[in-house]
Order: sequence, then C-alpha cells, then structure tokens
Amino acid sequence: MKRAKRRYLLLQVESEASPSERELLDAIWAAVTKLYGEVGASQAGLSLINYDEEKKTGVIRVWLSAMQQVRASTASITSLLGKEAAVHVMSISGTLKSLREKA
Amino acid sequence: MKRTFADLHLRLDLKDVVGAERVISKAAKLGYDLIGVPFSPEAKDNEEITLQSICRKVGIGLVSRVDLRPRNRAQLMNQLRRLRRRFEVVCVLCENKEVARQAAKDRRVDLLNFPALDYKRRFFDRAEAELASKSFAALEVDVKPLFVLEGAARVRLLSCLRREVLTAKEFHVPVVVSSGVSGGLLLRKPLELAAFAGVFGLGEVSGLDAVSANSLKIVERNRGKLSEGFVAPGIRVVKEGGDC
Repeated sequence: MKRAKRRYLLLQVESEASPSERELLDAIWAAVTKLYGEVGASQAGLSLINYDEEKKTGVIRVWLSAMQQVRASTASITSLLGKEAAVHVMSISGTLKSLREKA
Repeated sequence: MKRTFADLHLRLDLKDVVGAERVISKAAKLGYDLIGVPFSPEAKDNEEITLQSICRKVGIGLVSRVDLRPRNRAQLMNQLRRLRRRFEVVCVLCENKEVARQAAKDRRVDLLNFPALDYKRRFFDRAEAELASKSFAALEVDVKPLFVLEGAARVRLLSCLRREVLTAKEFHVPVVVSSGVSGGLLLRKPLELAAFAGVFGLGEVSGLDAVSANSLKIVERNRGKLSEGFVAPGIRVVKEGGDC
C-alpha cells in the first residue's frame, strides 16, 4: 500500500495574545471544523509538532491531500483568546529537517 | 517563474498616513508586489502623491482605483465619462440590476463588485456573466466578509460566491480575489488567499491566478491605455516625426 504523504507547516502567530500550545491547536481545529466540518477535519491528519510560545511560531503536520484546506483554515483565524490575531504559514516542507533549514 | 501578487482592494484611511504606511509595509512583508487603493475622485492627486512616496519607500507598486456606487445607469455613464482616464482601475459596486447590467457591458469597467451582506442584490447571474465576458470585466471577491462573518451569514455568502464563481468559469469571466481590509491583522499572504479561494470553488491554479495574473492583466491593460502612445487596442504610437 502506498504511504500517504505528509507536509510540515511552519506557522507564525501574529497577535497581542500569547496562546499556549493547546490553545493554538484548539483554534486551528476549530477553524478547520468550521470551514470543512468534522468529516473534513478528520481527513486533515492535523497534529502540532512543536510550539515556541516566546517566538509564537509552531510546526504542524498535515496530510498533503488536506494541505490547502488547512492553509485556508489557518487563514480564516481572526482572533485568539478574544484578541485580534492572524496565523500565517511561513514555510512548508516534506520533512522536519528541511523545514528547520528553511526557517 | 515567480508570480507577481496583487491585492487590488486595500481600504486605507488616507487621513491616517502612519496607519496607511503600517498597512502598506505589512502588505509588502506578506509578499504583495502591487496594491490597489480606492481614492476619492476629489482628493485623488494629493492622496496619490503621499501614497506613492510611501510605496516607493516600502518597495511595492501602487494602483489607483476608484469605487463607483451609482444609483442608476445614467449616473454610472456620467461617472465613467468623468473618471475613467484618471484611474488605473475602475470598480463598480452594483447595488441594483440596472447598474449591474450596464457595468457588465461597459468596456470602461474593470471590476464588478456586489454587496456582501445583501444576497438579493448579488446580480452575477448567467446574463451578467455573458455581458462581462464580452467587455473583459472581472468579478471581484472581497474576502474580508468571509473572515468576519460567522454561522449562517457566512454559509449563505459562501453559497452565493460558489454559484457566482461557477458561472464566471462557465463564461470565462476572470475572478479577482482581493482582501478588502483596512487593518493589518486581517491581511493574509497571497498564497493563503489563494488557498482560501478554494472554499468558494476556485481550484489551486485559478486561486493563484485570482491573486496574481488576473489582477495584473487588468492593471497592465489599463496602464497601456492610459499611456501617451495609446491610440486604440492594438495600435500605439511608436515614433513621431517626419522621418518615421
């Protein structure tokens, strides 16, 4: 069986709020669920690999097939912890190693 | 080849120069090469000079744009006659069917925009698309309402947009995706906008075209028309004088 491909997305949170790892992941899940429903969210294979609260950058892993949906969903995040926010995708890579090299 | 990205609808508060500079810098940082800002016809020259200097400093191109909101056909014609040659992009906010039809068939109109919240006044149907395809007008979609709205309102807007994009595709009407925002935190990267365009039916390539190629085509066409040597589409003065 062919292995499904994954992509790693480096995210940058832009906000006055300082969300924790859990809060960021919840916000991304909520955005994906809002736009694509529970079935769509379940097909994203979304997981948070790491998150730096100081720099407000994080890495998430998604299935390649759902990458555009996740990207659209992160773009639709407009608030975090009740404050205005934006989550930008800084770079995308197939491996964590190359993502770190790009960053 | 690297794409050139454009956001043709940045609603800047032109009285707040510092705020405008902040938003323009942000747009440049996010990867835009060109921004379109609506000016008021009365104060266009002064405002444009100020913004031009900011854009030059930041390293981003500026497109002058006017948003017309006529009440009827005659008013639209009048405004187009007065303003077409002063702005690089003309957008018509179609609030009734009479204006929508005239705007779609008039070659001086570049962008057709419809009220985001009033679904009964979104007149982009097959007839409108057919007229627009003949006059090279494009359908403009502002994403700001999609970011701001929630629940049923967003669902209805998405449903309208999906139908309109499908109609536009059928009649080969270009779709331009713009932000329509006034603040920096609602600005998104062009690739994020292209991905977001997927929610209303634009594919990956069409989404990218909507934030780059389609907008650039309009700007280049109009800059050509507004240049000194332009005579008619396809005809331009290359050289003047007795020995040419």
